[in-house]
Amino acid sequence: MNQNQKIKRRTWLGGAATAAVVLVQTSFGKVMQRAVTEKETATSDPTKKLGPLPGEVGTRSPFEKLQKKPSDTSSRTPLQDLYGTLTPSDLHYERHHGGVPAIDPEKYELLIHGMVKKPMVFKLRDLKQFPSVSRIMFLECSGNYRGNKEELSPQEICGLTSQSEWTGVMLSTLFREVGVDPRATWFLAEGSDAAVMTRSIPLQKGWEDTMLAYAQNGEAIRPEQGYPARLVLPGWEGNTCVKWIRRIEISDQPFMTREETSKYTEAIGGGKIRQFSFVMDARSIITYPAYPNPVEKGWIELRGIAWSGRGRIVRVEISTNDGRSWSAAELQGPVLDKAHTGFRYLWHWNGDETAIMSRAVDETGYVQPTLKQLSDARGGNTGGYHFNPVTAWIIKRDGRVLFRPEAKK
Amino acid sequence: MRNRYTDQPDKTPLYIILLVVLCACKGQPDFNNENISLKDTASWPQSFGFGRLASSHDIDTLDIDIRPDGKGLPYGSGTVSQGKAIYAAKCALCHGKTGTEGPFNPLVTKTDTASSSKEPGKEKTIGNYWPYATTLYDYINRAMPFNTPGSLTPDEVYSLTAFLLHANNIVDSSAVMNAQTLPQVNMPARALFVPDDRSGGTEIK
Ligand code: HEC
Repeated sequence: MNQNQKIKRRTWLGGAATAAVVLVQTSFGKVMQRAVTEKETATSDPTKKLGPLPGEVGTRSPFEKLQKKPSDTSSRTPLQDLYGTLTPSDLHYERHHGGVPAIDPEKYELLIHGMVKKPMVFKLRDLKQFPSVSRIMFLECSGNYRGNKEELSPQEICGLTSQSEWTGVMLSTLFREVGVDPRATWFLAEGSDAAVMTRSIPLQKGWEDTMLAYAQNGEAIRPEQGYPARLVLPGWEGNTCVKWIRRIEISDQPFMTREETSKYTEAIGGGKIRQFSFVMDARSIITYPAYPNPVEKGWIELRGIAWSGRGRIVRVEISTNDGRSWSAAELQGPVLDKAHTGFRYLWHWNGDETAIMSRAVDETGYVQPTLKQLSDARGGNTGGYHFNPVTAWIIKRDGRVLFRPEAKK
Repeated sequence: MRNRYTDQPDKTPLYIILLVVLCACKGQPDFNNENISLKDTASWPQSFGFGRLASSHDIDTLDIDIRPDGKGLPYGSGTVSQGKAIYAAKCALCHGKTGTEGPFNPLVTKTDTASSSKEPGKEKTIGNYWPYATTLYDYINRAMPFNTPGSLTPDEVYSLTAFLLHANNIVDSSAVMNAQTLPQVNMPARALFVPDDRSGGTEIK
């Protein structure tokens, strides 16, 4: 049958609700005949039906149910459903304080003022004309820990971390353009959301490696991620990476905004509260096996991600016997600075109940701590910001994988 | 640069910072996820000329922040009793009749301030956790009421600030808040705050 005849035949069949009759096995073991629609035959044998023609925007397979997990204030990346280290932009975690603003890129302006020679206003197209840079890095909310029950997935435990390739202009390029006063030490970054969210940032981070990003994974930043422009501070807590940025004020002192006093500070024992804890310490999570997906006895490739706000991951260690011994996992290159790094470890599970866990080591020699180590160092606190404990998965004899809650609350 | 994250001005001159950045980037291979560094800017023009000079109108319409030293506080004033009435009308719905009931963030401490400060983190209210009174003006003015942000006048914000400080046992019932008095208010939690001293390496903090 040539192509032409095939199409004619398809057209002729098109109107029929029932395209074929197939044999199916029922739950009672009986073989029955069932009529299937043309739609069903099409999916069961894709070689017998012409597929959709090329389109304008790609789609995710209808068989893949990738979803963020939203609460009132945040939405979490499904870490257990992802491969590699780049987070699809529509699955990047969200955390905002006054909803997602709608900003017209034609009307968008960024004001830089304060201790500068020339206070200036930049339109979006101005920002895009400056020398540009791209960089792959993770962004993580410093409030990224849940650990209160067994039925928790990686997404629920620490889904407030995501990775993208960000493109924009270095803040240092803009600092140079406005002529920052050498006596300045801090700057204020302000968003144009309903919370008009503000953070004070040491000027040095601005000169060093802060990016004013307008693109994420090859396209304009998504509204949830700060469209049309945001800050990205490599390795620093997500809250400092102010989205929908409208204003930068250069100063010689911090502004003590609500987000750096009432929030994003943590009690560390001895009656003290730690402030301006910017850097995200090293962390890792095994994303397979993980709740809610059960496993079978035999060979299992443990997989996960590790990252550090202080530099590169140099090692990830795995224990498959509840911490009694540790071995090095394989790192998936390229191992980038301040970026999610993939790891894997081949393991033969004999079917006995055990606990598996990973711990990350970064280039400063920092070893991801246990919950007890963290809690001991912080006056008994078992939560709060910058909480990055080793996470254990219990593998039950029946193959169920459960999170092991260690926090008291 | 020991003081880079405290409120002490960092005295390191800019050229030293530039030098350090420059040296640190020398000889690095390209494939390591680094950004363009300042060394690349040697061939750049002094100014690219993109963007325009900001007018004082541009700045004044956006520059709403309030610093701990009071810089930015507008003209106006408010009392505890005025604040109490505004609170009942515009805030109580979400923060509770007396500021303790919710449903959203409790704004008023339930314990006497001095003793609860010893256990920070237990209750995070203005009375025992907020280190600066100016933050209250800044935040209420920019973000509250949650459903109609930016709708309050300076007098209303001063009044609400006076009311909430009084409800947290920080100022007395006759207090008047304005650009002069607000930065003078001493917050009990101020002494509890210490700058981050984590720096990687083997120590867990
Ligand atoms: C519609 C509900 C709503 C109303 C009305 C409202 N608030 Fe709020 N308020 C919130 C929410 C929600 C938050 C937390 C926002 C966040 O965390 O980003 C909050 C936070 C605050 C905070 C910071 C609390 C903390 O511990 O950091 C203060 C102070 C505050 N509100 C004061 C006020 C005042 C004063 C008014 C009246 C003018 C008001 N609010 C009206 C919902 C409301």
